[in-house]
Amino acid sequence: MANYFLIILTFSPLLGVLLLAFIPKSLPGTVKAIGILATLVPLVLTFMLYANFNLVAEGMQLSQQWNWIRIPIGEQAIPITFEVGVDGLSMPLLVLTTVISTMAAVAALSINKRWKEFYILFLIVEMGMLGVFSSTNLFQFFIFFEFTIIPLFFMMGIWGYMDRERAAMKFLLYNGVGSAIMLIVFVTLFILVGTLSMEEIRQLLTDPMSPRNVPNLPGYIPDSIRFGLFLALLIAFAIKIPVVPFHTWMLKAYQEAHPAVIMISSGVLIKIGGYALIRMNAAFFPEWMNQLSTLIAVLGVINILYGAVLALVQDELKQMLAYSSVSHMGIMLLGLAATNLQGFQGAVFQMVSHGLIAALMFYMVSLVHERTGTSNIRELGGLAKSMPMISGVLLTAMMASAGLPGMSGFISEFLSFVGLFGVKPVIAAVGALGLILTAAYLLRAILGTTFGPIQQKHESLSDAQAIEVVPMVVLLSLVILIGVYPAVLSEPLQTTLQNIVPRIGG
Amino acid sequence: MSSVSKWGNLAQYDWSVMSPEFIILGVATLLSLLDLFMNKKADRRILAWIGFLGIIVAGYFVVRNTGQNVVSILNDMYRVDGFANAFKLLFLSGVAFVFLISLTYIDESKNIRYSGEYYYLILTALLGAMLMASSSDLITLFVGLELLSISSYILVGTRKQHIHSNESAFKYVISGGIASAITLYGMSFIYGLTGSTNLYVIAERLSSVFYDGFDFLVYFSFFLMFVGFAFKISVVPYHMWAPDVYQGAPTPIAAFLSVVSKAAGFAIVLRVFLISFGSLVSFDMETGQQGSVLVNTLSVYIAIVAAASMIIGNTLAMRQVNIKRMMAYSGIAQAGYLLVPFATLTVLMFEQTMFYLVAYLFANMGAFAIIMLVNRDQKTEDLKSFAGLYHRAPWMAIAMTFFLLSLAGLPITAGFFGKFYIFMSAIVHSSYWLAGIMLATSVVSYYYYFGVIRQMYMRPGKTEAPLKVPASIGLVVLIALVGTVAAGIMPDPVMQYIHHKFPLQQMFQPGGQ
Repeated sequence: MANYFLIILTFSPLLGVLLLAFIPKSLPGTVKAIGILATLVPLVLTFMLYANFNLVAEGMQLSQQWNWIRIPIGEQAIPITFEVGVDGLSMPLLVLTTVISTMAAVAALSINKRWKEFYILFLIVEMGMLGVFSSTNLFQFFIFFEFTIIPLFFMMGIWGYMDRERAAMKFLLYNGVGSAIMLIVFVTLFILVGTLSMEEIRQLLTDPMSPRNVPNLPGYIPDSIRFGLFLALLIAFAIKIPVVPFHTWMLKAYQEAHPAVIMISSGVLIKIGGYALIRMNAAFFPEWMNQLSTLIAVLGVINILYGAVLALVQDELKQMLAYSSVSHMGIMLLGLAATNLQGFQGAVFQMVSHGLIAALMFYMVSLVHERTGTSNIRELGGLAKSMPMISGVLLTAMMASAGLPGMSGFISEFLSFVGLFGVKPVIAAVGALGLILTAAYLLRAILGTTFGPIQQKHESLSDAQAIEVVPMVVLLSLVILIGVYPAVLSEPLQTTLQNIVPRIGG
Repeated sequence: MSSVSKWGNLAQYDWSVMSPEFIILGVATLLSLLDLFMNKKADRRILAWIGFLGIIVAGYFVVRNTGQNVVSILNDMYRVDGFANAFKLLFLSGVAFVFLISLTYIDESKNIRYSGEYYYLILTALLGAMLMASSSDLITLFVGLELLSISSYILVGTRKQHIHSNESAFKYVISGGIASAITLYGMSFIYGLTGSTNLYVIAERLSSVFYDGFDFLVYFSFFLMFVGFAFKISVVPYHMWAPDVYQGAPTPIAAFLSVVSKAAGFAIVLRVFLISFGSLVSFDMETGQQGSVLVNTLSVYIAIVAAASMIIGNTLAMRQVNIKRMMAYSGIAQAGYLLVPFATLTVLMFEQTMFYLVAYLFANMGAFAIIMLVNRDQKTEDLKSFAGLYHRAPWMAIAMTFFLLSLAGLPITAGFFGKFYIFMSAIVHSSYWLAGIMLATSVVSYYYYFGVIRQMYMRPGKTEAPLKVPASIGLVVLIALVGTVAAGIMPDPVMQYIHHKFPLQQMFQPGGQ
């Protein structure tokens, strides 16, 4: 059982797909119930994973590998393996995936057509995300990555608002470019190094005794090629994160897609970018991570300020949240650019924290939108009177996003900036301006929606129903849990990051 | 030679290796005779089934030939080697699919009055393709090429009452004729220089001719032949015919042209150039270095042709509103991908090409079967005819999605691994620009492949009535779907089968007796 744990976890959402396939469309209630219950299976499994996680073990745990493909070269064959494993970096993200998925599955109750297809696609995306985080092989990583993109294209294009098809196409093409660049890098690495296993690549590329690192030996990989690969990976993941100017797909998606889709996309999918930067860029090319850290820091600052300034002028709450995500991902980049332990911890904290908060905020906005029919600040106001619960949670979520102490946002921003101040004080200082702007745009948004005079037509609106409260409570309590007791996250991270960071030599 | 029969050497040959061709020839003759003596009003579907049976039997004999040593008869005019067997199996399966699709098409289409000739002309075209795969003499290769071409010209025009069909047949004849002329012109130079039409003899003599100051003519003949063959595989610069012809041709014939005819083109390209130009070595007077002309010089041009086809095919496909024209441009782009292994010439060149052709066979045949079904139902070939297909025939829509994903090269389909292997060859060869163009244009292709998907799932159709799927179409789609997905999850068995059963090195063993 232990050997197959990660495989079972990764493919566990398919159980729901199988069940749903046999349920007739005409029973939407059953379809929804099974769709939500199916996400509980991986959720429970990841909690088991968390509970049994070995905090001090270095390297991958529960790892397992199978031969999958052989590339025949003459009489020999180079294998590509199917391998899984989990460490302190991927474990929190696996938990994040299953938590957000269950919450999004609940949020998806508000869709009004074709429930069966939605939940089937939804579970396939969840499998893709779990597969991405549990893969320790680049090829498999790539395939699971595609598994998140294609179903999400359908989910964006079929459910959502008026211009959803364009949003879906834009999402597909941007992510298609990203994965194409990624594939170029992976195949090049495969040719240069002769393997696609992440751990083997890391060793071959960083061990000073490896023939890849000794000039004049056959198989030596010169710095220029490493630089090219690093840069290409950076661009590929910059599209995913997204880094300005590759962020436009996200704006469109936030505006047009169904909230449940955005909860997954913003809560988990865009974190793949940050995760891969640590897992690949920092692990494979530590020297370039160090040398280009200023570039990453500058990109981060641009993201923070650009996102924050534009968030400040948005009247449309969903667009405001999109720019807010851009801004917060900038903070994650700053943490990575610090290339020290605090910085990396801050970055991972930011991934998890933003995953939870962004999902929560978008969910709250979608609840407002459902009831009032708009998410424009100018048409809202005073909602605290008619829906105190929703307004209160929205306020709390926004405070968490602004980095109020005692919530997860504070820890992650604090760690990221502490990390960066140690090495690049000027850039960090400029970036910190963004925090003030963040507070400003969030306050503006919350004032515009929940305070002030209420419009007459909004007076009789109902507050949240019991089932709608579940995601609020779960997400909010996790945000607060990380805020007051960060060790839940930092302890498992510690060993893994201590392994990665010193190599960068930042 | 103890006993000399009155037939001389001819009796010495092991004619049994030619049984697949004899069977196809026999069945085609039988069908034409039956057609002649059958009642004019009688249902011709029985002919299709006889033809189908013949294809299966021929396939059995090809399988029996695989894994054997090279057998060559008639001074290499006909030979059985791994290369030939692989392509023949591909052609036979392709034509089997076409027959199954045609059963429904002919059944309902009032446009085709002479369905008997439709079936036996497909078989003669198949015979031509098989000869092209199995010969290493310019004369027989050309005969095979013409047999395939002339049969296809007629097939394209079989919808006699249809103005587009007439137009496309005429265009196809004219441009095909020019292409043949160019091919022959190129071949004539080769013959003039080396004094032989046998590819192995040409290979032996070409190097000395090259040094004797005729290098320009050698290049010239290469380009002429390549341009001529480019017509068959529909790559730049000879691709313009494809959209018009596909649009006008009956849909099963468009499927035939896009898969079988194209694969036959690749067979002749690889056979002629790998054997006759493969050993051509150039000598640099200043540095004293030797290098293969094919690898060093010619491959650059092939790579450029490949890149141009990908770019032109994929970008023009985006603008199409007619699904068959879109598939034609898609086919141009696919041919561009397929040229990459030939341009990079890595050790796995043949395996990569074959795997991709297999993936392409499944995806394209499946897609054309569904296109035929939908167009017939909606009486239009417009992309919009796919609107709401998911609600009318969910399984067809899901299958079509997988075929389109395979053509776009996305997991989990055979097309993904096909592209992955090809892509790998470009990187091994350090042709990063080619790899880059390949992936960039693949992303462009998402736009139009997903455009069809968008119609199927996201747009409301004119009708919600369930689409009736005939058994033969269902069978084609099912086989194609299983093949596409199975090879997309476990590509290894296919790759290993190609690698072990169809060794490419057999092609380079002259067997002249």
